[in-house]
Amino acid sequence: MNLVRGLVRRPWRLAAEVSALLIAAVVAFPLYWMVLSAFKPAGEIESTEPRPWTLAPSLDSFRRVFGQQEFGRYFVNSLVVACTVVVASALIAFLAATAVTRFRFRFRTTLLIMFLVAQMVPVEALTIPLFFLMRDFGQLNTLGSLILPHIAFSLPFAIWMLRGFVKAVPEALEEAAYIDGASRTRFLWQILFPLVFPGLVATSVFSFISAWNDFLFARSFIISDTSQSTLPMALLVFYKPDEPDWGGVMAASTVMTIPVLIFFVLVQRRLVSGLGGAVKD
Amino acid sequence: MTPVTPKSPGVVERRRVRVVGGLPRPRPSAGSGARRPGNRTPWLYLAPALVVLGGLLVYPIYQLGLMSFFQYTQAQVSGGEPTTFEGFGNYAELFSDSQFWQVLLATVLFAAACVVSTLAAGCALAVLLTRVRAVPRLVLMLAALGAWATPAVTGSTVWLFLFDPDFGPVNRIFGLGDYSWTYGRLSAFFLVLLEVVWCSFPFVMVTVYAGIRAVPSEVLEAAALDGASQWRIWRSVLTPMLRPILMVVTIQSVIWDFKVFTQIYVITNGGGIAGQNLVLNVYAYQQAFASSQYSLGSAIGVVMLLILLAVTLVYLRLLRRQGEEL
Repeated sequence: MNLVRGLVRRPWRLAAEVSALLIAAVVAFPLYWMVLSAFKPAGEIESTEPRPWTLAPSLDSFRRVFGQQEFGRYFVNSLVVACTVVVASALIAFLAATAVTRFRFRFRTTLLIMFLVAQMVPVEALTIPLFFLMRDFGQLNTLGSLILPHIAFSLPFAIWMLRGFVKAVPEALEEAAYIDGASRTRFLWQILFPLVFPGLVATSVFSFISAWNDFLFARSFIISDTSQSTLPMALLVFYKPDEPDWGGVMAASTVMTIPVLIFFVLVQRRLVSGLGGAVKD
Repeated sequence: MTPVTPKSPGVVERRRVRVVGGLPRPRPSAGSGARRPGNRTPWLYLAPALVVLGGLLVYPIYQLGLMSFFQYTQAQVSGGEPTTFEGFGNYAELFSDSQFWQVLLATVLFAAACVVSTLAAGCALAVLLTRVRAVPRLVLMLAALGAWATPAVTGSTVWLFLFDPDFGPVNRIFGLGDYSWTYGRLSAFFLVLLEVVWCSFPFVMVTVYAGIRAVPSEVLEAAALDGASQWRIWRSVLTPMLRPILMVVTIQSVIWDFKVFTQIYVITNGGGIAGQNLVLNVYAYQQAFASSQYSLGSAIGVVMLLILLAVTLVYLRLLRRQGEEL
């Protein structure tokens, strides 16, 4: 890429850099405003002259958020759902991706196409039958009703994406392992698994986000037992269309966004290389 | 354990360059299982995935289809009345309802606008990323990751607050007074579009950027040595090489934007005034869970499923035409 960059003359690069920074500022502005509003005292939020800074930061909004209802509990619920989904779908997808890349068997291509098609299924359209399914199994109002569908819906994409990572492990390695007397199981967990792990991390971003952000299932399946609610539902407690408590909404949003941000920053580099490989392979 | 354990990043890196570069590559030999025909191992590995997908994806789809052929409302749910077979009755009712067509049209136009804006923004910024030095690149990348990471619910409430007629900064900056963005149909859709583009362009940007970076520099050098101009390199070398990646992000965007739910639901408060901002997804949800018309909701779900299936088939055909091996 040095060459491409070299072809662009200096002033152009300066203009490009300035616009990159400006765009970054615009893109980051909503997040900045969210955090800022969360720390603003009540009087400044409900002001007709909003200012992009605050001289008297206060924790009132956060206090209100954690004081009202069982916000901490919702936070833990969300965390339990997201982590269970991430671990379960990663393990299941790893096994399935190994099967479709390391073996040739009948219906292999058919299965792959099915996984691809499954990614397109509008999850939201299935809320209705899933609602009755959960009801029949007595799973309504439980965290299980959120965990199970999310595992299912994150699997096709995870398998599709992991395929590339499994394929990248040279076959000679597998043969060498067998020659050294390793069993299939041993090869799978002690050799293949650690090598594919970076790919699993990249994949887990997507399952984490879909589970953590889930709004529809939480809204549809957790109907009466609010102790099983998750964060997105708790957030809407503060947001009443007629008279929203903006300070509370922004504080709750901040609390909800931070874990995802941390997760993203941690896996950022693997994500970029993971996407570069997986989308094509 | 084993004597050979290559560092995984290296493996990934090498593969990326080879694969994304679109250079002729040796067909991977058949998996090790080829030596042991009739092996049950792959099915053992696949079993957990198939069980989960069968129970929570395939079966619900079957149920969805089934429900759309029956009369299924609150009375049937509570067991007050028996379920009756309706045939295509629900579909007939749906197709004769002018609101359905209006919602369908709105969904298609809205999704198209979202896809075009997201792709334009994502690709333009990916190119921009290749033109700047490390610091501005990192800053833009981090800002984009922040937008990407923001949950749809919080993103929606924040954008709603930014555009709030009384307390939002946007109306102040542009001197719009107390103009209400959610009141008009188009302005409400526009607000949702902004939020959708904001949270989905980073995926396009990061993916396309990774794709551009993975193009081997020898190829570009060769083109430059042959006297190709900047523009020519873009048009004749990079674009064809990036086509597979562009196709993937386009299809992904179509699928995501066609299914937008949370943003519409939160920003327009469940579909806007008198349902003016409904899209198919929200419409199906409202029919089912707000009006207890479960069978009508299912029929809308089936329509969505069929449309997305058509998109997928087009995608598969394109993949095949490119000679992709699955």
